[in-house]
Amino acid sequence: MSLGMGKMDKMDKRTEEMTDGVLDEALRNFRLSVHAWSEAAYSQPRSAAVVRKVSWRLVAGWALGCVLALGSLAGGVYERHHRQEAARIAAAVQAARQQQMAAEQRAREEDEDLLAKVDKDVSRAVPSAMEPLAQLMAEDETQ
Amino acid sequence: MASTRVMAAGTALEPITGATAEELAGRELEAATQEFSNLVVSHRPQIFRFLLASTRDVDLAETLTQECFLKAHRNWGSFRGESSAMTWLMRIAINLQKDHWRNRRMQFWRHTQTNSVELNEASDWLPSGERSAEQQMLAREQVGHVWKAVEGLSERQRTVFLLRFVDERELSEIALATGLSEGTVKAHLSRALGKVRMELKGKR
Repeated sequence: MSLGMGKMDKMDKRTEEMTDGVLDEALRNFRLSVHAWSEAAYSQPRSAAVVRKVSWRLVAGWALGCVLALGSLAGGVYERHHRQEAARIAAAVQAARQQQMAAEQRAREEDEDLLAKVDKDVSRAVPSAMEPLAQLMAEDETQ
Repeated sequence: MASTRVMAAGTALEPITGATAEELAGRELEAATQEFSNLVVSHRPQIFRFLLASTRDVDLAETLTQECFLKAHRNWGSFRGESSAMTWLMRIAINLQKDHWRNRRMQFWRHTQTNSVELNEASDWLPSGERSAEQQMLAREQVGHVWKAVEGLSERQRTVFLLRFVDERELSEIALATGLSEGTVKAHLSRALGKVRMELKGKR
């Protein structure tokens, strides 16, 4: 059992050494790679880039300002439209009422004229001697 | 020459003494500027390389390098030489890239605008040495796996790993630059190496 464990330990150690060899080589290659990249990037000519640092406060301020301006504008337009519409409806109602009143007035005048004409054409004063007969006729009509 | 005249003439040359002090201040400033220029020339490639490896973005690395030296120039007067200039500059660079990633996390809508190159593209860079095509391919594959492992590391592990295995800094230097203890640096390195080892094992 202990012999087996010893063999295992030896194998682990050998594997570890092999791994460390690979690790060393990988780290060396990594270092060389970064150095090569850095040297190439460092020596290449670069145009001056303008670094724009936009503060989030500035962005938020602009956004809020735009929202407020748009809100005010939309509110103004809506209010103006609403007022115009109300005025238009009120004017229409007023005109309709005036028309109706004029029509009623005209009808009333026409009725009055007609009644006056009927009174003039048809009705006559009943002589006092015929008063009882007239009353009888009226009673017959009611029956 | 001017200072000799001042010493010889004593108090009679009071205005000239003032002029000399100005001259001296000017010379000191000139010397400091020259010293800083030399610092930029000698250390800029290393700072750029570290930032390039950290970000995998050439433009961003260039911008952060500029910012690093600008910050260093502003604080050059307060540098007391307690650590090497390189360690001091590296510390500024580490803080700048840390701030950059923190800001990027906050600006979530800009996540899509990253210019980082893909892992396979980063792995394409290999020095053209005396290698066969097969060796080149194997090396490229290994580099790709290391990049993949590096991508999965935490921010600190990545910084420590890159400083150790790309810039070949000593543990004490890394500890100074990162503000961590040497023990913590070792622990981060060990975990980072474990992940790289796992990645390399996984490929076979």
